[in-house]
Amino acid sequence: MQPDPDTILSANRIDKVFPGAKALSNVDFSLRRGEVHALLGENGAGKSTLVKCLTGAYHRDGGTILLEGAEIDPRDTLDAQRLGIGTVYQEVNLLPNLSVAENLFLGRQPRRFGLIDTAAVNRQARALLAEYELDIDVTDGLDSFSVAIQQVIAIARAVDVSGKVLILDEPTASLDAHEVAMLFRVVRRLKARGLGIIFITHFLEQVYEITDRVTILRNGQLVGTRETASLERRELIAMMLGRELAAEVHDEAGTAKTADGPVRFQFRDFGRKGRVNPFNLDVKAGEVIGIAGLLGSGRTETAEVMFGARRADSGTATIDGKAADLSSPRAAIRHKFGFCPEDRKTDGIIGDLSVRENIALALQARRGWARPIPRAEQDRLAAEYIKALDIRTTDAEKPIRLLSGGNQQKAILARWLATNPEFLILDEPTRGIDVGAHAEIIRLIETLCEKGMSLIVISSEIEELVVYSHRVIVLRDHEHVAELTGAEITTESIVNTIAGPAKTPSKSAAAAGEIA
Amino acid sequence: MSMIGLYGKRLLPQFIALAIILGLVSIAFPGFFNLQIQNGRLYGSLIDILNRGAPVALLAIGMTVVIATKGIDLSVGAVMAICGAVAASAITSGYSLPATLLITVGVGVLCGLWNGILVAVLDIQPIIATLVLMVAGRGIAQMVTNGAILTFNDEGLIFIGSGSLFGLPMPVVIWITAGILVALLVRRTALGMLIEAVGVNRRASTLAGVSTPVLLIAAYVLSGLCASVAGIIAAADIRGADANNAGLWLELDAILAVVIGGTSLLGGRFSVAASLLGAMIIQSINTGILLSGFPPEFNLIIKAAIIVFILVLQSPKLQGTLAFFSRSNAAPKPAESKAK
Repeated sequence: MQPDPDTILSANRIDKVFPGAKALSNVDFSLRRGEVHALLGENGAGKSTLVKCLTGAYHRDGGTILLEGAEIDPRDTLDAQRLGIGTVYQEVNLLPNLSVAENLFLGRQPRRFGLIDTAAVNRQARALLAEYELDIDVTDGLDSFSVAIQQVIAIARAVDVSGKVLILDEPTASLDAHEVAMLFRVVRRLKARGLGIIFITHFLEQVYEITDRVTILRNGQLVGTRETASLERRELIAMMLGRELAAEVHDEAGTAKTADGPVRFQFRDFGRKGRVNPFNLDVKAGEVIGIAGLLGSGRTETAEVMFGARRADSGTATIDGKAADLSSPRAAIRHKFGFCPEDRKTDGIIGDLSVRENIALALQARRGWARPIPRAEQDRLAAEYIKALDIRTTDAEKPIRLLSGGNQQKAILARWLATNPEFLILDEPTRGIDVGAHAEIIRLIETLCEKGMSLIVISSEIEELVVYSHRVIVLRDHEHVAELTGAEITTESIVNTIAGPAKTPSKSAAAAGEIA
Repeated sequence: MSMIGLYGKRLLPQFIALAIILGLVSIAFPGFFNLQIQNGRLYGSLIDILNRGAPVALLAIGMTVVIATKGIDLSVGAVMAICGAVAASAITSGYSLPATLLITVGVGVLCGLWNGILVAVLDIQPIIATLVLMVAGRGIAQMVTNGAILTFNDEGLIFIGSGSLFGLPMPVVIWITAGILVALLVRRTALGMLIEAVGVNRRASTLAGVSTPVLLIAAYVLSGLCASVAGIIAAADIRGADANNAGLWLELDAILAVVIGGTSLLGGRFSVAASLLGAMIIQSINTGILLSGFPPEFNLIIKAAIIVFILVLQSPKLQGTLAFFSRSNAAPKPAESKAK
């Protein structure tokens, strides 16, 4: 390690051992003043472990941490905050029921005569947020603002408390493009102020957009640190995966696809009041239909209505020309439908049950309780899908909640594949999962459609939709506004369609729509 | 083999707790383990525990399944009182024994159906939904008996409370049979897994196509059914229906039995056998305190102390610490082999 006057934080030869596993070994990391530094790696590579060692959430087993040249040893996150290292997580860890101002100054409110000086709190809060170009009523409850604004407030608090190093742990995971842009403006401003910023994300586009350097970890070891501008995307992915991901998804973009099978699933005037306006949709066998739109535009609602998770109150559905009842998930499953929901944790996994049971669940539910799937058959199913989808788990009996996000997603996919579905709806199948699993799931979508399955894929990653969709439906304000086919399916045209005709909605209106 | 091993491991803490309690009682009361056969029937303190514990054991069977769905059934004590009253009034107004039993069990099922519909269809929190019947149930039972203790002399009905079969008292035969039947029902079919899935994540289960409302209602119906059988046994035992005291506070003992059995109140994984052991642990404490000659005013406090001890032994935090110690002893070996 050459001494560099610009270096604000450096970690040398960090080791961290968990029972039965070495989470970090000999990892070096350095952060400069005024730098945005991406920390990349697949799930389980050691990103969060490294961050937790830096913030004192974990105690490292070896190595040294230098902050502005002086050795530090944070006992806990509070201690790290006092030293100058602040962290903002994906799930905002503020108190939603308190006001914005109270959140900003909680535990350090200005006092007068021993009592909290509310007026001063509010005044200082307004002044603080003004630096972030955030003109909001600081006396409003935190929960009345969108996640993006809450993120900025969390950042403002962290920077105000700590002020030297800011760690952003997947801050953009639940934001849409518009909100990400707002967050990045804040990040650039802080960078100009000379803060060192560590940025953890799964989105490579964002890495190239905002970061100066990247550090890549794999299996708890340092792969390397590079200047972002001179690092090719292909090389970056190769460093993360440790293998050349033969055809990285973006290469296939642009090849126009058409499905020429017969129309199997027809939806006519299908919709539900207040959720998604009536729409018409024909789906052919072996066709992938992408659904694009902003958060709250009716993407997820479209899926829920088709699957019967929310009953449609208008229109009809026919399958192979015959009227089909899709009034409940059970009814939809009888017609060989499957649905991987957006929120894996609350709607997908059965946390305490084993991977095997999670995979067998939908098939078992369809067979009914009186006809149990024999244990040997369950074991075979689980083993088959763990192998086929490369689900990383020590064994099939492990509770599914202990798996990483990407592997949970694959297990939920396996749950539906085990029922041999003919119509599979995937809502954000690649959100919050690592790059390796991401590419595998995209490949799986393509394989399934080649086998003749019809798929509806909802995704906010437009480049991804371009890769596998035969058609892309664009939603805006609960309405199916456009259908793009063939050569029309490009990132630009999708973005333009989402943005809408000439008149772009004002910023505040868009924000209000996102909250709803 | 491995299934038995796994099962044994699951029940081990409950067996150990039971053994310790029985051991302690035998120190205070030397003749504790003695068994005699008189008139073709076993007698002794152990048999007494099995017999006296029958109502709580039966309630615990239904309660286990309800708790596994992330619910709770506070009404079982009151349902016992209702069913005892219904059985007594049916038999005294001239119905045959089979008809009486059928009517009584039917009333238990209806009570369960009521709870189940409140929880599954109207989506009311289980603790509130079953509180309704817990409060109203005793009133209903008093209406059935007109406020008096309704006595009966039907030999057949009395036999259920104090007769014997295969050398065992009837209540023992009944709860063991019920336990085996329910355990087979949930584990030989897919019911067990589906109930656990609903308990862990109701929304995700519904989206996976599980018929959640039906399963929830079935769980409460089973609980009502178990309570009605417990009510018949309690009434047959004293040859009368006491609307005020039959099954009083037993819902709490049943919940405690399930908790001692290691089924989480947060729903999910459950074991009927472990809950039955829990019921026997509670009854052993009750009987043991009586036999050991402690002044009665100490009973509840000693019971509470023992239960706190058992729960502390089961607490995840303590188990985590114990696991850490046992691992740190065994740790060096795997670490070395991994390094190579």
